[in-house]
Amino acid sequence: MINLKETKYDIILIGGSAGSIPVCVSLLKALKKDHTVPVALIIHRMRNVVSELDKLLTKETGIKKISEPEDKQPIGSGKVYLAPQNYHLLFEEDGCFSLDYSDAVHYSRPSIDVSFESAALLYGKKVLAILLSGANADGAKGLSILAELGAECWVQDPATAEYPAMPAAAITISEKIKIFMEDEMKQRLREL
Amino acid sequence: MGIPGRPELKAHEFEQLLHMLHHVYGYDFSGYSKSSLLRRIHKFMDEKQLADGSRLIKLLAGDVAVFNGFLETITVNVTEMFRDPVFYKSLREKVLPVLATYPQINIWHAGCSTGEEVFSLCILLFEAGLLHRTRIYATDINAANLEKARTGVLPMHHMREYTVNYRQTGAMNDFSDYYTALYDHVLINKEIRERVVFLQHNLVTDRSFNEFQLVICRNVMIYFNKQLQNKVLRLFYESLSSLGFLGLGMKESLLFSDHKSKFTMVDPAVKIFRKKH
Repeated sequence: MINLKETKYDIILIGGSAGSIPVCVSLLKALKKDHTVPVALIIHRMRNVVSELDKLLTKETGIKKISEPEDKQPIGSGKVYLAPQNYHLLFEEDGCFSLDYSDAVHYSRPSIDVSFESAALLYGKKVLAILLSGANADGAKGLSILAELGAECWVQDPATAEYPAMPAAAITISEKIKIFMEDEMKQRLREL
Repeated sequence: MGIPGRPELKAHEFEQLLHMLHHVYGYDFSGYSKSSLLRRIHKFMDEKQLADGSRLIKLLAGDVAVFNGFLETITVNVTEMFRDPVFYKSLREKVLPVLATYPQINIWHAGCSTGEEVFSLCILLFEAGLLHRTRIYATDINAANLEKARTGVLPMHHMREYTVNYRQTGAMNDFSDYYTALYDHVLINKEIRERVVFLQHNLVTDRSFNEFQLVICRNVMIYFNKQLQNKVLRLFYESLSSLGFLGLGMKESLLFSDHKSKFTMVDPAVKIFRKKH
């Protein structure tokens, strides 16, 4: 099938850890109701405890349904997905998700680096990737790889992040990453 | 398939690599999930400081020892005891009471890695009074994993986490009743392990070898593409007795497979299915 509508991005990725959830909610609310680009959230969480982050995000954002994809689930246009607990989230050539239970990266599974690098291999520059507050360096390397490929890469301004380590680590690697306050990111998302 | 600052594996080199692995070593990775396979091949190339795919192929083709190291990296061996305690709680409450009605119980634990989840299952069977009449066939593609599993020895530093997991399954005893501490390791009690046979088995190429009332295969098929998943699910279907149970990983589904109509859901929250008829 030929897609007549030219979209700038194949996917939007938002990575975050400690202190990222309120910002993540506010960014999701800024997206147009009829946006067509799929969104994947990669947020660090505890393992082996029941987490209801998908339900919490659904409730807070008012987006129809934010779901954790199952292995080999097709990536749906305009859908918002949350990386499941205790799995890495990867993207496949045939347009579906793959899950991976290999070693934690930066003590994290899901790891933001793993998802960002998978997106870099598959989508190249047709990615919008955003890295929010967090207390470790996961996501920094992946974001810099995407930025070097020409993808659109933003970090939450470390000065305004509850935990600045994660966005700060990214901007020390690549100068092609843009630094924005929450409101600036929201404005740009509204214009997508 | 190149990203800046990373070893590059061109598309045709990837195909050549798979072809070589199949023909030289008999391992067929063509049905593996590409994203995850590529990630681990890149990891191996990083570790060995191989800048491009042609060097990787040359190195692997000529050296069995290097290939064995490669296989270790490519096949994921991460596991833990009572991973997803809710799964084990559901097994305890919904599956074991049905298995208890059989005079003899056969279980296949496919892709058992170093045995952590097998020992977890054995503890549940022991607590249900079923272990003595159960035979568990635990299989893995990787001989090194099986060797480790046969020893029953696990590193001590995870035991605290495993204890917490175990308690959440509706535990009946103290977790420490099931092992003996040996400095920085523990030895799982022999009575827990003695009904298990560890066997090498490749889900991609090998066939079924018995009939089972329960097949457990958790977080193995996520590394396969949809076609290979279908093939393996068919193998499990054919290996299950009528009304046998199939336990998968928390995010593994039959929804995207050709086999969804052949099973009923026992517990959708934890992906336990039951063969119809």
